[in-house]
Amino acid sequence: MLSVKGLTKRYPNTEISAIEDITLDFPDGQVIAIIGPSGAGKSTLIRCINRLVEPTSGEIWLNETNVCNLKSESLRKLRCRIGMIFQEYALVDRLTVMENVLSGKLGSVSLWKSVRRKFPQPVVKSAFEILDRVGLLDQVDKRADELSGGQRQRVGIARALLQQPELLLVDEPTASLDPKTARQIMRLIVGLSKEYNLTAIINIHDVVLAREFTQRIIGLRDGSVVYDASPAGLGTETLGAIYGEEDWSHSTYESDNNDSDSAAASIDEKLGALK
Amino acid sequence: MAVITDSTGEKLWQLRTRTESLKKWLVWFSVLVVAAVAWRYVSANTQWIFVVDSPRQAADLFGRMVPPRISYIGRLWGPLWDTINIATLGTLVALVIAVPLAFLAARNTTPHPLFRTVALFIIAFSRSVNSLIWALMLVMIIGPGLLAGIIAIGIRAIGFISKLLYEAIEEVNREALEAITATGARRSQVIFFGVVPQILPALAGIAVFRWDVNIRESTVVGLVGAGGIGLYLNHAINRMAWPDAAAILIVIFLMVLSSEWVSSKARHAII
Repeated sequence: MLSVKGLTKRYPNTEISAIEDITLDFPDGQVIAIIGPSGAGKSTLIRCINRLVEPTSGEIWLNETNVCNLKSESLRKLRCRIGMIFQEYALVDRLTVMENVLSGKLGSVSLWKSVRRKFPQPVVKSAFEILDRVGLLDQVDKRADELSGGQRQRVGIARALLQQPELLLVDEPTASLDPKTARQIMRLIVGLSKEYNLTAIINIHDVVLAREFTQRIIGLRDGSVVYDASPAGLGTETLGAIYGEEDWSHSTYESDNNDSDSAAASIDEKLGALK
Repeated sequence: MAVITDSTGEKLWQLRTRTESLKKWLVWFSVLVVAAVAWRYVSANTQWIFVVDSPRQAADLFGRMVPPRISYIGRLWGPLWDTINIATLGTLVALVIAVPLAFLAARNTTPHPLFRTVALFIIAFSRSVNSLIWALMLVMIIGPGLLAGIIAIGIRAIGFISKLLYEAIEEVNREALEAITATGARRSQVIFFGVVPQILPALAGIAVFRWDVNIRESTVVGLVGAGGIGLYLNHAINRMAWPDAAAILIVIFLMVLSSEWVSSKARHAII
């Protein structure tokens, strides 16, 4: 269980907080989407959880660990328990797929061994298994910059999974991908989270994907939680509250009658034909 | 940028306002004035009588150099080899010191801002003095010979390599480093696993380029006694043995040409 209590982050030399007094509980095994406009504090929130960003005040508890109090070595140990997936994949381009995946286990290997790429055989074995699971087994020795966007994101996912994490932080995993690949990647992340019983917190711009793939949606606006419930409750009013006034009638269930459903289905078909 | 509304209410647009244009012309005008004044000063301090004479002098020198004493080239292989060694060993010495220095100087890898300041100072110090002057001082300190040349070339190259390398380090993809940090890796592992692979092509390119420059510089350090072919050139000029000097210049020219060829081939192979 991950608990966030009264979390506030104010960046130096800024007037307002990026996130302000956020309190949330994330039960084990839950897949949560965080939606909200750019600058709402989504990235800041998940980066506070693994302390890539230092919180200004508040508490974060991952099971029995008080995240905010950790110093260098124990902070490293904490980060080993948290996997992270990035929008631009964040791979080292000139390293191979395998090297990128193995970098997920650097925390448990000495510097000298990692420089010579001597990883323990159990780690290599599980890297092969995970690469097989994400469908990249035949790309092991390719350089990361030879892969397509979807493949690169799969490498990013494999790197996070190799950590055998308790928690998955996912920052805009689909924002750089085409709609079809975006759905596949989203399905993969959610499927794997279920398979490994991981808690996954997914920042995502795409409301439709968020609603389809997650059990719980948190809406952030100006650094505060303005919505926290199941996707079903996400109507025009709530979307207006999260993103601001717009014509949301085409993005919600409320207006979804059979006509628009079939219209959406036929658009999906046409898009499918394009692929 | 200037948007002006004219009397009919129409919006006009020009890149610069009148005052901006005026300022721009003023700047150019002052550059011209400075150039004119400088020219007057140089002119007043030039012995024009010699300058007028220069085409004849050049023709005379050239006449004495031709034909070059080709047979002298046979005695130049030793010093030529020394020159290449000065350049190569100088580059290696510089690399050993410059690479760690670059990591201390780069904002994203330095352990502390204080280290960065010291590293930047060393880089600036090394770059501010020409290798010929380093050689001049080193010949006085450790005596004439190859070693003085190697160290002179090395010291000058440290700043060059470090500066270009730390700029490359600061430009690496930060998201990849963030990702490796997020896996719980040590800082040293983030550098070796994240930064090093990203800068290797730049490092190889910089090293080969500097080697190429060092070949040229190492032909000169001999002039002040630091070994290599420059030593022979100096002797030839002192003896006024112009055909010998011409032979040496030809050899230097061919060597520089082939080093440029080697370095461009090597760079293409790496990048």
